[in-house]
Amino acid sequence: MSDNHDLDRTIGRVLGPAEEELGCEACFELLDRYVELELVGEDADAAVPGLRAHLEGCPACREEHDSLYALVRGDRAR
Amino acid sequence: MSTGAASVRVVEPASAVSPIPPPAPLDPDSREWVAALRGEGSKRDEAIARLHALLLRASRFEVARRRPTLPHLRGGDLDDIAAQAAGDALVSVLRRLDDFRGASRFTTWAYKFALYEAAVKLRKRAWQGREVPLEPESWSVFSSASAGPEAEAERSELLAALRSAIDETLTPHQRRVLVALAVNGVPIDVLAERLGTSRGALYKTLHDARRKLRDELSRQGLDVTEER
Repeated sequence: MSDNHDLDRTIGRVLGPAEEELGCEACFELLDRYVELELVGEDADAAVPGLRAHLEGCPACREEHDSLYALVRGDRAR
Repeated sequence: MSTGAASVRVVEPASAVSPIPPPAPLDPDSREWVAALRGEGSKRDEAIARLHALLLRASRFEVARRRPTLPHLRGGDLDDIAAQAAGDALVSVLRRLDDFRGASRFTTWAYKFALYEAAVKLRKRAWQGREVPLEPESWSVFSSASAGPEAEAERSELLAALRSAIDETLTPHQRRVLVALAVNGVPIDVLAERLGTSRGALYKTLHDARRKLRDELSRQGLDVTEER
C-alpha cells in the first residue's frame, strides 16, 4: 500500500495543483502579507489568490513559507 | 530575489488587477525602521546594524530548522552559511527598501530575504558534488513503476496515460525539468544553477508542462481534478 501511496504522491507532484497559481516571484513578493494574514486568522487565500496553490506545487516556496510562518509566530509568542 | 519570470499565470485574469496590493499605512515600528534606514549618519548606521542582527537571527533560524537534514555539515560551515545569507539579505533589503509598501510589518518583510538566502544556500550545499539526474534513463524510475496488484484500474489507467503524455506531449526541455523536479526531487535552486537559469523561469517551464499533461489527460476523459 505504501508503494501506491508513494506513486500517488509522485503523480501529484507531476501534475501539480489543479487551481490557478502564482509564480515564484509573485509568491515571494506577497509571502509576508500572506503569512501575517494567516497568523491573525484572516482569510489569506481570499486576500492573496493563487498563493496557496503555488505552495502546493513548489516545494522550495513551501519551505520558505513554513519558515517565515514559524519565525514570525515565534516572535509574537515571546 | 532573482526568480526570473514573473507570475506563472495571473490569477483572476479578467480582473486585470496586479496581485501586488496598494501601499498601506505603515505601523509605527515599520515607520521607524524605514525612516532610520533612509536617514543619515550614525542613526542610519545604527539602524543597519540592528537590521543585520535581525537578518542574522532569521538566517540562523533557517539553518537550525534544516540542520537535521545536513548531518555532513559542521557547525562552522553552518555558521558561515548563516552569516553569508544575512549579509546577502542585508544588501537586498537596502536595495529594495522602496519596494516595502507596508503590506506587512517591516520585520516580516525583511525576514523573508534572510530565510530565502539561507534556504537557497543550504539546498545548494546539500547537493554540492552530487549528480543532478537529468538523463533520459532517470525517467525509468517513474515510467517503470507499477500501480501494484491490488491497485484500482483507475490508477493504472492514469499512470499509463501519464507516461504516454510525458513522452509525447512535452518538449525535451519540459520533460527534463519535470522529471528532475517532480520525479527525482532535485531542488529547484540547484537545477536552476546547473542549467544556468532562474527559479522563476524553471517553475514556468514546470507549470507549462503540468498544464499540458492535465489538458491531455482531461482530453482522454481521465479525472485529474482530485487532490493527491
